[in-house]
Amino acid sequence: MINRRDALARVGLIMGGAVIGAEFFLSGCKNTEKKDGASFSEDDIALLDEVGETIIPTTSTPGAKSVKIGAFMTMMVHDCYDDKNQKAFTEGLSKLDEASKKKNNASFMKSTPEQRTALLNDLDKEMRAYMKEKKKEDAAHYFKLMKELTILGYFTSETGATKALRYMETPGRYDGAFPYKKGDKAWAT
Amino acid sequence: MADQTFDAIVVGSGISGGWAAKELTEKGLKVLMLERGRNIEHVKDYVNATKNPWDIPHRGKNTQQMIKDYPVLKRDYTLNESNLDYWVNEKECPYSEAKPFDWFRGYHVGGRSLMWGRQSYRWSDFDFEANAKDGMGVDWPIRYKDISKWYDYAETFAGISGSIEGLPQLPDGKFMPPMDLNCVEKDVAARIKEHFKDSRRLIIGRVANITQPHNNRTNCQYRNKCWLGCPFGAYFSTQSATLPAAMKTNNLTLRPFSIVTKVLYDKDSKKATGVEVLDAETNKTYEYKAKIIFLNASALNSAWILMNSATDVWEGGLGSSSGELGHNVMDHHFRCGASGEVEGYEDKYTFGRRANGFYIPRFRNLFNDKREYLRGFGYQGGAGRQGWGKDVAELGIGADMKEAMTEPGKWTIGMTGFGEILPYHENKMYLDKAKKDKWGLPTLVLDCEIKDNEKKMRTDMMNDAAEMLQASGIKNVKTSDNGYTFGQGIHEMGTARMGKDAKTSVLNGNNQMWDAKNVFITDGACMTSAACVNPSLTYMALTARAADFAVSELKKGNL
Repeated sequence: MINRRDALARVGLIMGGAVIGAEFFLSGCKNTEKKDGASFSEDDIALLDEVGETIIPTTSTPGAKSVKIGAFMTMMVHDCYDDKNQKAFTEGLSKLDEASKKKNNASFMKSTPEQRTALLNDLDKEMRAYMKEKKKEDAAHYFKLMKELTILGYFTSETGATKALRYMETPGRYDGAFPYKKGDKAWAT
Repeated sequence: MADQTFDAIVVGSGISGGWAAKELTEKGLKVLMLERGRNIEHVKDYVNATKNPWDIPHRGKNTQQMIKDYPVLKRDYTLNESNLDYWVNEKECPYSEAKPFDWFRGYHVGGRSLMWGRQSYRWSDFDFEANAKDGMGVDWPIRYKDISKWYDYAETFAGISGSIEGLPQLPDGKFMPPMDLNCVEKDVAARIKEHFKDSRRLIIGRVANITQPHNNRTNCQYRNKCWLGCPFGAYFSTQSATLPAAMKTNNLTLRPFSIVTKVLYDKDSKKATGVEVLDAETNKTYEYKAKIIFLNASALNSAWILMNSATDVWEGGLGSSSGELGHNVMDHHFRCGASGEVEGYEDKYTFGRRANGFYIPRFRNLFNDKREYLRGFGYQGGAGRQGWGKDVAELGIGADMKEAMTEPGKWTIGMTGFGEILPYHENKMYLDKAKKDKWGLPTLVLDCEIKDNEKKMRTDMMNDAAEMLQASGIKNVKTSDNGYTFGQGIHEMGTARMGKDAKTSVLNGNNQMWDAKNVFITDGACMTSAACVNPSLTYMALTARAADFAVSELKKGNL
């Protein structure tokens, strides 16, 4: 526990304020151990928070870690994935760490943000090549699953929808020629 | 028992049942409306209608448990955690597929009026005359002139927004102001009109969403969450429109959890005397008596009730004397069309979520056009800018990808055809007495398929869509046929058709059963052909018309 806290604190310093995100999952991930299907440890969730944050980093708007993306991913894998993709995803956690050690001589958690970004860009290319070649019945590449869940979880979260995007619950009218200039945000829904 | 006797009984509380209850109660009859499922109270029970996307745990994705519990519903967009409670429990209510059939059911007060697509179009005489002209099925006993004032009446009360177009194949109606086409759709509409010399036209969908306040209902707020139930009552449903009107008369009794197992039939008077009800909660059986019965349980279930009724007189059930009960099942085939990308309009976007799209009325086999298949199809589609889900694969991961995803992408446009299915006698449903539902009742077997006529039509549905998009300057146009399973259009029709002759039809021109003149069927079962337009508005008009006839016959002492 202490090691993980330390690791996260370090990441927090490096990333400039992501520690708040870390606190979320420390309190919010106690129910992910399930008897059936995929089960995840707190370390897994911590790792996925960082994977998510590397995919959708904090910029002028909050990153994926701020929406507890690790807990979201594990919940979705547990509840929504079939056995095949659950297996691909859970095995992917260690594959990702192995790939990190091979490329960066460090586990993903101990890598710098630059190293993480470089690794995940490699995995993104590997994933796209794999998805092109794979047979229909094969499981998806684990990084495709992680990336998809990060994007889904982030942009449908309150932070993603209202800060990274625009959201209006009750528009009240329709304008089919609404002025737009480059840089204006997309609607969340 | 006196309290079990009514002037009229309405079986089912969906679009047509709600209308029957409204019309009959407003004409002064004491009416019992029976609904097999639970009650859903307007607004109060629309539990997800005001939630934000992040309040939906799996953000609308299917869980493995849902996929396991809903083996039919999962076949299409219909399976969704945000309105899962509006769909039938498949384990309790099984059916069998002699051929693949997607039967998407809603067993609760309001039925599918809560989840319907709300597209509302009139039929024309091209449709009412079609069977007579090409010899398929039997002739409709009515023509457009017989129903046009009832369309006026139904539209005026339901609240249909749409544009006046002057098209013979898609008659205009009593519309509320239309919703707007967006800038790209307007451009494509103008180009189609010019290129095809106005023989094809792209118009805004005619939709049962009100665009002005109406009968204590608030106009559409452009949230596009209709299928969760509307807290503004902005679209037509039993709950928002017909049920409050019927309740206001103090003549309506609504009984949920009431599975009608049979129509009670008296051999001597040759009339129905009432219905038998199985209470879905207590399993107790009740009898309710009435002078008039309206069956509005949905096409397949109304026929199911008849097949279980008066079997001591007719082996095939009440209404089976013609041999057509349960036959001629129809739907609309769709899911094939074209899509493409739009150049330009980068300085334009949309504001609000329009729960409607464009419509391209039928143009095949009309006027001087002649194809190698019968009947035709219309298109439903829309244009919009891609949102955060767009593919930005080339950007990999990180800040650039994130920024790209937070901006809208290109404009795209797509459409799918909705084609007419012919009334084939051999497309049928029948009872399986060995396979029982949760209440020990016999279940349905569905045995239906599309044939060459529909398959040939699908080629046109793809190619004509592509041709129109290309003629409009759309780039990267792609055709697609995503396959169609019978039932998927959720427009089941034809199981107790109207006709001119008791030997070849179940109902006469007033939706009155030939075999029991105080029984009326005004849901999809009554349809003699399917046309290519969405059918619910026609059920509304036929229901109001039949209710008017039934009450006048009752007053004359003819029922």
